[in-house]
Amino acid sequence: MTPLPTTEQVWAALAQIPDPEIPVINVVEMGIVRGVAIEGNKATVTMTPTFSGCPALHLIREQLEQTTRSLGFDSVEVKTVLSPPWTTDWITPEARERLRQYGIAPPQPTRLQSTLIQLEASPTRCPRCGSLNTSVKNTFGPTLCKAIHVCNDCKEPFESFKTV
Amino acid sequence: MRHEIKQALIAKLTALADDEVILSHRNSEWTGHGPILEEDIALANIAQDELGHATVWFGLRKELDGSDPDQLAFFRDAGEYRSAELLELPKGDWAFTMLRQFLFDLYETLWLEAAKHSSYQPLADAANKILREERFHLQHTYAWVERLGLGTEESNRRLQEALEFQWGYAQQLFVPTPGEDLLVAEGMVPDLGAIKAQWLEHSSKHLQNSGLKLPINPGYQPTSRTHHTEHLWSILAEMQSTARWDTEAKVW
Repeated sequence: MTPLPTTEQVWAALAQIPDPEIPVINVVEMGIVRGVAIEGNKATVTMTPTFSGCPALHLIREQLEQTTRSLGFDSVEVKTVLSPPWTTDWITPEARERLRQYGIAPPQPTRLQSTLIQLEASPTRCPRCGSLNTSVKNTFGPTLCKAIHVCNDCKEPFESFKTV
Repeated sequence: MRHEIKQALIAKLTALADDEVILSHRNSEWTGHGPILEEDIALANIAQDELGHATVWFGLRKELDGSDPDQLAFFRDAGEYRSAELLELPKGDWAFTMLRQFLFDLYETLWLEAAKHSSYQPLADAANKILREERFHLQHTYAWVERLGLGTEESNRRLQEALEFQWGYAQQLFVPTPGEDLLVAEGMVPDLGAIKAQWLEHSSKHLQNSGLKLPINPGYQPTSRTHHTEHLWSILAEMQSTARWDTEAKVW
C-alpha cells in the first residue's frame, strides 16, 4: 500500500491544473486554492471564486476534486469560501510575467480606492511594446476578469486582467 | 438565531437574489443584439455578474434553510418571486436599459458598501466580495448616462423618457421586506432610509449633470414585492422553460 501524499504534494498536484480560461497560469498561482488539509484518508481543499459569476468555477471545482482524489484519498471535499475576497494581488509574480508574455496585461497592485465611482483609471502598459500610451476600449472583455485596451503606439489591441 | 430573525433574513436574501436573477435575464436579452459589439460584450458580462451575485445570495439562504438555488430560480412561479417591478419591465431601448442599470447599480453599490459592516458575518463577506465586481458596472453605466444625456437631442429625449417612466418604480428598491426592521435593529442589514438618502443625492446630481430633469411627478411607486408586473410571467416562462422541460438538464 502506498502512503498517502503530504499536503505539499497535494499543493504540487493542484498546481498542475491550468486555469480553464487562461491556461498559461495554474489555479494555485491564480490564488484560487486557499488551503489543503489532510485528516486520515480525507482531504479538504478550500477554494475561493475569482468573479462570483465566473462560469469556469464549476470546472475548477471538479478538477480540484478529481486531481486530489487521484492521489489516493478515499474522501475529498472541496469547500468554497468568500472571505477574504479574492484579489488579483494574490497572482504570483511569475504568473504575471507569463500573462504578459501571453499578451494579457497583468493586473496592477490594488490601492486604497473609493469603490463608488472611479473614472480615472491609471494607464495600463501595453504587453507587446511596453508603452504606457494606451486607451481603454471596453472595461468588459471576453471573460469577466478582463478588459480591452488599444495601444496608441504599436496600434495593437490587447486584453488586460482587471485589478480587483 | 431567533425564528423571526431567520425568517426575515430569508425574505431579504430572496429579494436580493430575485432582483439579480430578473435583471440578469433582462440584460441577457441584449446578447447578440447590442448596438455595437463592445457594448454587447459589456452587457453580457454585467448580466453574468448579476447572475453570479444571485448565486451568492441564494447560497446564503441555503445555509439558513437548506433550499436549493436552482429550484428557487427555475421552479418558483411569478407569485412566489420577490423581485422589484423595475427589474421586470421589458428591456425597452438602449437608453431604457442603461438608465435602469445605472439606477440599480448605484443602489446596489451603496447598499453593499453599508452591508460590509453587517453583524451577520456571511452577509458581510458576501457584500465585500460582490462590491468588487459591482464597481465596474457602476463605472460603465455612469458613463452611459452622461453620454446619452449630453449626446444628441434624440439620445437625451429617450433617456429623459426612460427616467420619467422608471423614477417611481426605482423607489421600490427602498421599501423594506417583511421583518427587515428586525434585521436593521440587529445590525444585520443597512437601514434602507439612509441608503435612499444617499442614492437620491448621487443619482439626482449625476442625472442633472447629464442634462436630465428629475421628474416632478414620481409616477407609479410599487410598495410590495408580492405584487408584480404582467411581464414577470412571460420572462419566467422563457427563463424556466428548459429546466421545466427537463429537470435533469445539468447546469454548466
